[in-house]
Amino acid sequence: MSRPPIPFTDRIARALPQIVVAPSFAAILFFVYGFIAWTGYISMSKSKMLPNYDFVGIRQYWRLFQMDRWSVALENLFIFGFLFIAVAIVIGCLLAVLLDQRIRAEGFIRTIYLYPMAISFIITGTAWKWIMNPSLGLETVVRGWGWESFRFGWTNDETLAVYALVMAAVWQSAGFVMALFLSALRSVDQDIIKAASLDGASPWKIYTRIILPSMRPVFMSAVVILAHLAIKSFDLVVALTGGGPGYASTLPANFMYEMTFRRNEIGVGAASAMVMLATVAAIMVPYLYSELRGKKHV
Amino acid sequence: MSDHTYSPAQGQSVLWMRLLLWALLILFAIWFLLPAYVVVGTSLKDLEEIRGGSLLALPHELNFSAWKHAWNEACIGVRCTGLEPYFWNSVFMALPAVFISTLLGALTGYALTKFQFRGANMIFALILFGCFVPFQVVILPMAQTLGRLGITNTVYGLILVHSVYGLAFTTLFFRNYYVTIPDELVRAATIDGAGFFTIFRRIILPLSPPIIVVSVIWQFTQIWNDFLFGASFTTGGAQPITVAMNNLVNTTTGVKQYNVDMAAALITAAPTLFVYIVAGRYFVRGLTAGSVKG
Repeated sequence: MSRPPIPFTDRIARALPQIVVAPSFAAILFFVYGFIAWTGYISMSKSKMLPNYDFVGIRQYWRLFQMDRWSVALENLFIFGFLFIAVAIVIGCLLAVLLDQRIRAEGFIRTIYLYPMAISFIITGTAWKWIMNPSLGLETVVRGWGWESFRFGWTNDETLAVYALVMAAVWQSAGFVMALFLSALRSVDQDIIKAASLDGASPWKIYTRIILPSMRPVFMSAVVILAHLAIKSFDLVVALTGGGPGYASTLPANFMYEMTFRRNEIGVGAASAMVMLATVAAIMVPYLYSELRGKKHV
Repeated sequence: MSDHTYSPAQGQSVLWMRLLLWALLILFAIWFLLPAYVVVGTSLKDLEEIRGGSLLALPHELNFSAWKHAWNEACIGVRCTGLEPYFWNSVFMALPAVFISTLLGALTGYALTKFQFRGANMIFALILFGCFVPFQVVILPMAQTLGRLGITNTVYGLILVHSVYGLAFTTLFFRNYYVTIPDELVRAATIDGAGFFTIFRRIILPLSPPIIVVSVIWQFTQIWNDFLFGASFTTGGAQPITVAMNNLVNTTTGVKQYNVDMAAALITAAPTLFVYIVAGRYFVRGLTAGSVKG
């Protein structure tokens, strides 16, 4: 004997969660994964000024890696990415430890350290560009104090422009790293710390042996988030150095924009975007995988 | 450690450590505040004062004419309207996009956690990766799609773009928040005969205000501060304020008006700074929720 058929309205009711998720999921499938495939296809096509779907294999990638502008962009990304991540983490960690010393007015100081995170990279870039103005900026001020050889006009110098980017990016993100580390510091088990201090461990030892090692997961998160920020960096370059002088401080994201919207090289632009995606995926996929898997075991 | 007693020598070294600590804290505070001080200061000076005086000098008087100029007189490209129309562009873009992405994120997060159907985790993982895709990889197809839909160079196009790409973040926020709500609440209500939307309205939503605030603040900040999408999909009068501000600063006709540039930067930063100052606590929570998964 067959079971009585489930009424239609019940079936709808039972499927409601799926029905509700469907539009969002469909949007993500189309606008993220579909578009990735689409860009991937353009990167293997003849496209120049307009998309053109004649398949040419990896020719655009070959051309991409022949371009000096792209090599410079990649090299800059490594310098910028490495320094940005390292310095932001060192400063962020230091600030978190400093603020963790039972400071009066902690909330107030934290507000000051974190406000750059609320503003656009475009503003950050504009502000630092003005501070680094060669004739009216900080350079002139400090020279006026008697330090004649002081140089801060970094944005106009081919070798220093990348460091100007690092400096502004660290300024914007160090507070964020601090917030991450501070919340992790606060969640370290106080009993262990008490026990160690009763055993006569110095505060320095407690920090380096107990507290900092326990922050490995936060440390990983910070590295991944900052790396992701570094690869996506676009607006900061636009506002601070314009990628210049020449293209000395250009980054892959700016290269992509330049090729796609200014030079009618859509195919090369798409190829560069795919390389960026691959770089992000190489960092994010293992991280997300371990995060999601790790959670299930808890 | 206040219950320790220190020998005089120890006491002195503790004092020195405190001094060093405060010196460092203040030094960093100066570094963080320097750009704010310089930008505000410059925006209140006139050009003569800027050229003749020091970058770090206080303005002689509170002169808001640069602000007024930046707001409704300055030239952006060939249009001398100031930032005002672009400010409203950003408002009309951000408000609907924040609302849509937050609502969809809440529903999706709720369905994914409280009704663990098959494939729910896979769907979440796929959505989650959407948070980290470098947007360069979707720009070209998006430009074409907006063209086909006939909403290139409009606020509607940007609303669509920000709603879709904000969805990944809002789903993450709500999903991680709803995981912490006991399933028993939902199960009990189901037994009482409550349906999907009734449970959402009666049980889940009343518990949600904190995460809604986090999501709204995060989305508003992200969308308001966006530059890439605005620069890629709009030109001229349809630009959001970040793009217009950048154009204003880089418009090279005539004398460089640094005070107007800085006033423009302040006007552009004002809404998100205001939100940060009013609701900083939630802002920080969004930052950390967006980074420490689960």
